[in-house]
Amino acid sequence: MIPELGHYALMLALGLALIQGTMPLVGMRTNDAVLMNVASPVALAQFVFVALSFAALAECYVTSDFSVLNVYENSNSAMPLIYRFSSLWGNHEGSMMLWVFILVFFGALVAVFGTNLPTALKANALAVQAWIAAAFYLFILITSNPFVRIAEAPLQGRDLNPILQDPGLAFHPPMLYLGYVGFSISFSFAIAALLEGRIDAAWARWVRPWVLGAWMCLTVGIAGGSYWAYYELGWGGFWFWDPVENASLMPWLAGTALLHSAVVMEKRGALKVWTILLAIVAFSLSLIGTFLVRSGVLTSVHAFATDPTRGIFILAILVVFIGGALSLYAWRAPLLRQGGLFAPISREGALVFNNLFLTTACATVFVGTLYPLALEALTGAKISVGPPFFNATFGPLFIPLMAVMPFGPLMGWKRGDLLGAAQRLLAAAMLACIAIAAAYAIEHRGPVLAPFGVGIAVFVMAGAATDVAERTMILRVPLRAAVRRAMGLPRSAWGTAFAHFGIGVTLLGIVSVTAWGSERIAEIKSGDTLDIGHYRLSFDGLFNRAGPNYRDVVGRFTVRRAGGELVGAMEPSRRTFPARNMATTEAALLTRGVSQLYLSLGDPNPDGSVPVRLYFKPNVVMIWLGAVFMFVGGGLSLSDRRLRVGAPRPARAKAVLQPAE
Amino acid sequence: MTRKQRRLGLIGGGLGVLAIAVALMLNGFRDSIVFFNSPSDVVEKHVEPGTRIRLGGLVKDGSLSRGKDLRVRFEVTDGNRQIPVTYQGVLPDLFREGQGVVAEGALDGGGVFNADTILAKHDETYMPKEVADALKKSGHWKDDYAQRAAMPVGGASK
Repeated sequence: MIPELGHYALMLALGLALIQGTMPLVGMRTNDAVLMNVASPVALAQFVFVALSFAALAECYVTSDFSVLNVYENSNSAMPLIYRFSSLWGNHEGSMMLWVFILVFFGALVAVFGTNLPTALKANALAVQAWIAAAFYLFILITSNPFVRIAEAPLQGRDLNPILQDPGLAFHPPMLYLGYVGFSISFSFAIAALLEGRIDAAWARWVRPWVLGAWMCLTVGIAGGSYWAYYELGWGGFWFWDPVENASLMPWLAGTALLHSAVVMEKRGALKVWTILLAIVAFSLSLIGTFLVRSGVLTSVHAFATDPTRGIFILAILVVFIGGALSLYAWRAPLLRQGGLFAPISREGALVFNNLFLTTACATVFVGTLYPLALEALTGAKISVGPPFFNATFGPLFIPLMAVMPFGPLMGWKRGDLLGAAQRLLAAAMLACIAIAAAYAIEHRGPVLAPFGVGIAVFVMAGAATDVAERTMILRVPLRAAVRRAMGLPRSAWGTAFAHFGIGVTLLGIVSVTAWGSERIAEIKSGDTLDIGHYRLSFDGLFNRAGPNYRDVVGRFTVRRAGGELVGAMEPSRRTFPARNMATTEAALLTRGVSQLYLSLGDPNPDGSVPVRLYFKPNVVMIWLGAVFMFVGGGLSLSDRRLRVGAPRPARAKAVLQPAE
Repeated sequence: MTRKQRRLGLIGGGLGVLAIAVALMLNGFRDSIVFFNSPSDVVEKHVEPGTRIRLGGLVKDGSLSRGKDLRVRFEVTDGNRQIPVTYQGVLPDLFREGQGVVAEGALDGGGVFNADTILAKHDETYMPKEVADALKKSGHWKDDYAQRAAMPVGGASK
């Protein structure tokens, strides 16, 4: 009964989406405010029905109702509750449910919190949202219905893919989707503005919090996925330039660019047409990301669906939404009025520089990811574009961006003082030079350029600190006055500093691990020792352990410093899941400060020896710590008073007298 | 500067960055692209020794032998041809005889493929797409690969 209710609720949601997608548009044509105001309550109702549908599916998963095919195929009653719940989105159908659930959630938020939006803009934006939702409802109902029943219910399910049985599954996909789908809001607002043919600085102020929120979620979503892959796949890599990873990186790059160009638009009224384009591109890349991951055109652990009809359906969605949006843009964008003037050396100029490099870097990732698909379609040749390509293209584009980043916040709007900014960054630059020298002095191994990477990372971090120091005038005024100034600083300024600092932290982590990480692969027997860095590991032997739905063969290792001082124990294991007859490697991590020891086991040999992989990862935690800084920075910026108070609008009396547009 | 000059400057700068990016990409494509080949492709296309390729197929039954220091040797087959492969390191969890495999590396002068990476991004119910296509092409695709994948465990379905 419950699955049927869920199915039915989803169909009702489709009906509501069609109403929400048409009525407001008709209302705008006929200047009928009543029709336009239909959008908000319908968006709320739609949310209620999708939430019901989602809850129905969740209920089936949590109670292990194996009469539902989707639950039978992806769950097992022996799994702990958190995996029984999160396996809902560990498969194609369920992940699409999560997608639409988040989509309507955002739609409902716009309906509730968008009370100060102009009627027409809100109505149009919600209508566009509804069209996106309708397309995805159709997709789910026609090609990927999660509520299909089996006539005779099996006693036990086929279990979730063991690689996905991890707390990472509870975190990574929802955060990633919050990011992807969050960009649908800026997309809808962009389309609404194009439909109206009118846009102003207030538009950017309305859209910015949504972009910021989506960007924050996407940032931690990507970082979470990276950490998950790092410890779960047993290879110790944090980024593989896998197409699926690239699929999430592209919207992030475009979203970051959008975040910055929207600032220019809000503050200075410039870059309007460009910002609209970025809003369209960011969501288009999110859709392409969904397509790449879900259609099965790319082979990876994420490819749940290999059914070609789904691929064609998603392709149709892509063509209609991206093609339609870009056509509308080409047709209507010339109507939008151009914004203000600014000198090349200015805050605006710096943000344009940022946008230029971010979008270009995004384009190289796009080409590298899709070129193999295009080539296979055209010539049949199968190729792979691997890390060397991306390192050779993405790296050179990102380095100048990093080097220039600290200058941006120190420049004034309209006309900046490059020399002044450089003077203020002198201390940061000196710090960077010291870091380079120190890196050369400490590490003799590794690439020659690596210390310069460290230098840039330190420059970025010190630059972010300089920004705050300049604003609070610390060291120049008495401490108490500086603290008072710090308290009075707008939160968005703190947000910028935090996020930029985070970029530096991540960069430092990446450079350290890539240049100075070490690796040992060996076959060892009980009693053997392994040396890496300043550590010595001794292997105490293997033992067995049973989990709820798996068996573990655990290797126990004692870790000591070279001097003999005990540091801790590491217990990597090989985990076998009988339901799928599949084994996974559970790596053991030992965190020391921001560095980690990483140990994973291979298949034990009959003679009792075990192959092991041991890595020393210097500063590796910084990679993800940087993302946390970025998230916090985004949050601070989001809590800025300016965004909470809302956009300026004409006095109420005047608004009443104006005819509805 | 007039508005027009500024805009031209902006467009010029943009095109400059784009040109650099295109140059980087073309360079990257020249140096770092790896072609996928089945064992038959390797023989028929006369892949030069030293060229980096991906070799995909099935691990031939009974061909796996382990040596010292985690050295392994096995043969990759597509039913028509076999290529001997050597690799040093820990094999992925899902590496098994009779299963699909993709190895990245280069041929040496004696026709032995020295792999430095063994890819195993597929689970047991899933064959790497390239390998499946190659097997279909060589006529050695068996439908039971797909069926085995779809078959529920423990005879739960009736």
